[in-house]
Amino acid sequence: MSYQANNLAVKPDAAPLLEVRDLTVNFDVARGQVRAVAGVSFDLAPGETLGLVGESGCGKTVTALSILRLLQSPPAAVTGVIRFQGEDLTRCPETRMRQIRGDRIAMVFQEPMTALNPVLTIGEQVAEALRLHRGLSHPEAWIEAGAALARVGFPDASHRLGQYPHQLSGGLRQRALMAMALACDPELLIADEPTTALDVTIQAQILALLARLKAELGLAVLFITHNLGIVAQTADRVAVMYAGLMVEQAPTAELFRHPGHPYTVGLLNSVPRLDFSHPPGEILSAIAGHLPAEPPSGCLFRDRCPLARDRCREEPPGVEVSPGHLVRCWNYV
Amino acid sequence: MSELLSAQDLSCYFRLAGAWGRGPVLKAVDGVSFDLMPGETLGLVGESGCGKSTLGRLALALLPPTRGRIVFAGEDLARVSRQRLKELRRQIQIIFQDPYSSLNPRMTVGQILEEPFVIHNLGGRKERRVWVEELLTEVGLTPDVADRYPHEFSGGQRQRLGIARALALKPRLIVADEPVSALDVSIQAQILNLLAELQQRHGLTYLFISHDLGVISQISNRVAVMYAGRLLEMAERSVLAAGRLHPYTEALLAAVPRPTPERTFNPPALKGEPPSPVNVPPGCPFHPRCPEAQLPLCRESVPLLRKLRKTAPDHWVACHFR
Repeated sequence: MSYQANNLAVKPDAAPLLEVRDLTVNFDVARGQVRAVAGVSFDLAPGETLGLVGESGCGKTVTALSILRLLQSPPAAVTGVIRFQGEDLTRCPETRMRQIRGDRIAMVFQEPMTALNPVLTIGEQVAEALRLHRGLSHPEAWIEAGAALARVGFPDASHRLGQYPHQLSGGLRQRALMAMALACDPELLIADEPTTALDVTIQAQILALLARLKAELGLAVLFITHNLGIVAQTADRVAVMYAGLMVEQAPTAELFRHPGHPYTVGLLNSVPRLDFSHPPGEILSAIAGHLPAEPPSGCLFRDRCPLARDRCREEPPGVEVSPGHLVRCWNYV
Repeated sequence: MSELLSAQDLSCYFRLAGAWGRGPVLKAVDGVSFDLMPGETLGLVGESGCGKSTLGRLALALLPPTRGRIVFAGEDLARVSRQRLKELRRQIQIIFQDPYSSLNPRMTVGQILEEPFVIHNLGGRKERRVWVEELLTEVGLTPDVADRYPHEFSGGQRQRLGIARALALKPRLIVADEPVSALDVSIQAQILNLLAELQQRHGLTYLFISHDLGVISQISNRVAVMYAGRLLEMAERSVLAAGRLHPYTEALLAAVPRPTPERTFNPPALKGEPPSPVNVPPGCPFHPRCPEAQLPLCRESVPLLRKLRKTAPDHWVACHFR
């Protein structure tokens, strides 16, 4: 069954919390235009976690930022529809957007040191959202901020409200960011590589925390990462992006068991196996070449693809290969 | 076969500047001993700040040890003459983590790769040009890129240039300090393949430093686990595949999310964070976080790294309960 060219989206049973249709982001640069996101479509159901994976420059972060309308325009030109709880975020006025941001949709960023304000205490930064969105007074918000920090497992939370970001370790800074994001009890959390800067034991702590909060609060999460292990362990569904295009989307178990797109297959084969049972230095079946500055016409992956044929010079359609599993590749037509 | 590199009770301390003059002592590397056999890869794994990069720098004689010895092919690197050290350095090279900051942006690729020959006064201009072209081919680039500048290359290509520079003087030992950490996973696989091929072709010995256990598992014959400046475990890969390991190594392995959704991810919650190297806990440095720690033993006595058995496979561990 073949889908129309630019609609690679799955329809979950529940009414979606977030609907993204044909999201396209172009940036004006000195030499013309760069297409960062090329017609991305997906749905996110309430309480669901969608893992958005891909390598540097594939458009994952730009997709997230355009949902929150955090891209400066110009140079960015965003088209398409982003519907959150039925409301089109691309059309609503900035005042409305300010009510949604940090209240209904929150975001956690990759680098906790740059995402926190170094000259404000943790307490002030967490309390700010509560004052703006909940209308709490300063003392009320301060008390609530303590509770928000305690909820994300901050040891000695009420005491640490007065500390500055530089006094905290990387893991605690990431917890402080989570407390800020979750202070107003949002429906959707966008997490952009939230554990990439952390050591693996601290990463495990943060992932466990996120799993607990998801269960407690019924959060939907858009989890952006390049780490396929994290996606396998946290996401309900996975979307794979390459060069601004969503090339595959599937339930997590299905994607890892039956990866469809040659890029997804290559990506999975590139991950070193952590079991010490193979001979050392065993050759990994890596993807040849690298992401070109100017992707080719037709299928964007065709000059690196081991299965490329003549037909791949034309743009491939999205094909539903099994229920909820969509692949944008000529091999399935 | 005798070892190529040997660290014997190697320590490196730094005195920090305090508000009133001399501050506390930072123990970056504290009493580390290991041997590296020719042709093998020793993977050195640990979390940030555990001292793995300092250990790499000690192996290159870029830092003097505070205590202990670092011996390369029978010669103590801290005691040889400057002239001899320069000769020995031809045999020990480094690949850096960040392919963006480790290549001079004002030099062409040809100049970058020629520099080792210039420094060591090898060959004439024409010869060097030929050598540079050979190096580029060796790392999978075309010889015609010699006149280009680093900014014209992608991260993976730049790391190939870093590898070519390390290979220039035909070293015996290469210290690779997080060589694939800055790269995307598909490019990382290409570079790991290249490093494995080069090792086969030239009989290279690697001291391979990484925080990523998957990468370590991909390339290492033996693995050393470092924590708060000390080695907690050193073992052949067969031991890591099946053996009973140091509680920290077990926790590290369990903390990695695997790309297999069938496998439930439920790592034992390691409480807290790695200690500051300025304030290492007494006794076993891992005891405050260790699920198996028994007080007061683990707090009061430092477990020494000892060999578990005389026969193969090689397995050293620093724990009272292993």
